[in-house]
Amino acid sequence: MTTAALPARPNAHKIMRRATNISMKVLCGLSATIAVCALGLVLVYLVGNGLHSMSLAMLTNGPDATDSSKQGLRNAIVGTIVLISTASVLGLPIGILGGVYQIESQGRFASTIRFLTDVLNSIPSIVIGIFVYILVVLPVSAFAQSHHLNDVEGYSAFAGGVALAILMIPTVMRTTEEILRLVPMPLREGSLALGATRWRTMVSIVLPAARSGIITGIMLALARIAGETAPLIFTAFGNHSYSVSLFKPIDSLPWSIYISATQPSDPIVDAAKAHAGALILISLIFSMSIVTRIATRNSVLEEK
Amino acid sequence: MAETISKNNLTKNLTVREPIIVDAQPVNTMNVAALNFYYGKSHALHNISMPVPKQRVTALIGPSGCGKSTFLRTLNRMNDHIDGTRVEGSVELDGQDIYARGVDVVELRKHVGMVFQKPNPFPMSIYDNVAYGPRIHGVTNRKALDEIVERTLRGAALWDEVSADLKRSAFSLSGGQQQRLCIARVLAVEPEVILMDEPCSALDPNSTFRIEQLIEDLATRYTIVIVTHNMQQAARVSHYTGFFLRGDLREYGETSKIFTNPNDAETEAYVSGRFG
Repeated sequence: MTTAALPARPNAHKIMRRATNISMKVLCGLSATIAVCALGLVLVYLVGNGLHSMSLAMLTNGPDATDSSKQGLRNAIVGTIVLISTASVLGLPIGILGGVYQIESQGRFASTIRFLTDVLNSIPSIVIGIFVYILVVLPVSAFAQSHHLNDVEGYSAFAGGVALAILMIPTVMRTTEEILRLVPMPLREGSLALGATRWRTMVSIVLPAARSGIITGIMLALARIAGETAPLIFTAFGNHSYSVSLFKPIDSLPWSIYISATQPSDPIVDAAKAHAGALILISLIFSMSIVTRIATRNSVLEEK
Repeated sequence: MAETISKNNLTKNLTVREPIIVDAQPVNTMNVAALNFYYGKSHALHNISMPVPKQRVTALIGPSGCGKSTFLRTLNRMNDHIDGTRVEGSVELDGQDIYARGVDVVELRKHVGMVFQKPNPFPMSIYDNVAYGPRIHGVTNRKALDEIVERTLRGAALWDEVSADLKRSAFSLSGGQQQRLCIARVLAVEPEVILMDEPCSALDPNSTFRIEQLIEDLATRYTIVIVTHNMQQAARVSHYTGFFLRGDLREYGETSKIFTNPNDAETEAYVSGRFG
């Protein structure tokens, strides 16, 4: 038995150490519980009220239905899809190719771009909204006025898409870069040594190997922009009527939730719309997370 | 006395390939002259001059960090992709300087293929791995590709093991099979020279044996340069050997000579296992 070497009576210092250890353990556990509780409460509240307010009419009717109890969020759902698609078409190629550029070229220009991307990532979304308002909305509306195009407003789904694209580019670019960095060098060299060009190596070997990671980045970015409200205020605005046109203002889920919750015309109907809208938005983001999980299975990078 | 004993043991242990091919006047596929190589400010290779004889196996040996892998990579300009590297001197392939202005690196690597230390199959099927090279060089005909895939897999002694299911992921193969797949992939672009950077260091003895047999077989048609940490391997597979030390080529010559009767004292110390 070697226990004889241990002192029989713990001294004060040891008691303090043990007390600190236990109390920090409790504090950490408590913090984690509080965080999860907050999330849990939000979810319970959203799902409870959302399901209560949910109906088929909520998904298939617009807010302009004559029977106010049959009003729904169709316009907002379609609008959010149009906005996200537009943002993806504009933002994904730039984000992914930008990430490829950063991994393929070292040097001052690339690191400047990396720094600016991080800055862009931390700019408040409302500032992006104002930026696009000045860049797209004002010129379009000025052009429309001078040419007497009465049905063209400055606000448009396109402007909203531009704002959301600017928001998603830094996320996509950074995650693309980070994940491409994980692709093993021998894999690239294997392709280069066969006489493949760098572009061919990127397209045929590196990007496919990093596919799941890039999809994760895209999904994160989409989840982020799906819930953005502030940049849409100055760009997509909102639309009481059904529209899928890129050149007209368009409704969206965050916008509907915001308007229904803060400027209700019928307290009961609008509360239901806000609750249902929040549930739909959360479900949308949740399903994106699931798609991400499925896509990131069987990753080559994890096998290596 | 101790010297003679160690030398005798050496000749007994190392089965230097028989018959030793002595080229009266070897034809050289590649010729390296006064090659200096720098990683930034560090001078990694000092004034290396060495031939690479045609359809022979040339082994590069030496302790870690001696520059043998760096040297190997100068032969197909793989170091081009590393930032801050610089090359002086000339490396000729069939009389043409590969570092000359206007040389197409893509074309060069078609002629000088490379097999890496760790098997690096692409994340795709066995078939697509082998067809990758021909495809990037413009072969699209399905029949032609089928033919190349079968011929090169046979050439790499892998066909019998994988022919049942070529659509299988290359990752499902064992390490030794993966390495033979990587060799097949190189053969598929029909190179003149195959560079091998410690191709067996990640493999078990059995797989190593098969790769060595393959190297012997390939040497009848290809010029091979192999970097190896394993001196027995160098003795078994190579016709010529270059010994690198701290960025210098200390000695180059016929393998049998390097291993039994080297001129350089440090070469002798290394091949008899006294350091490295």
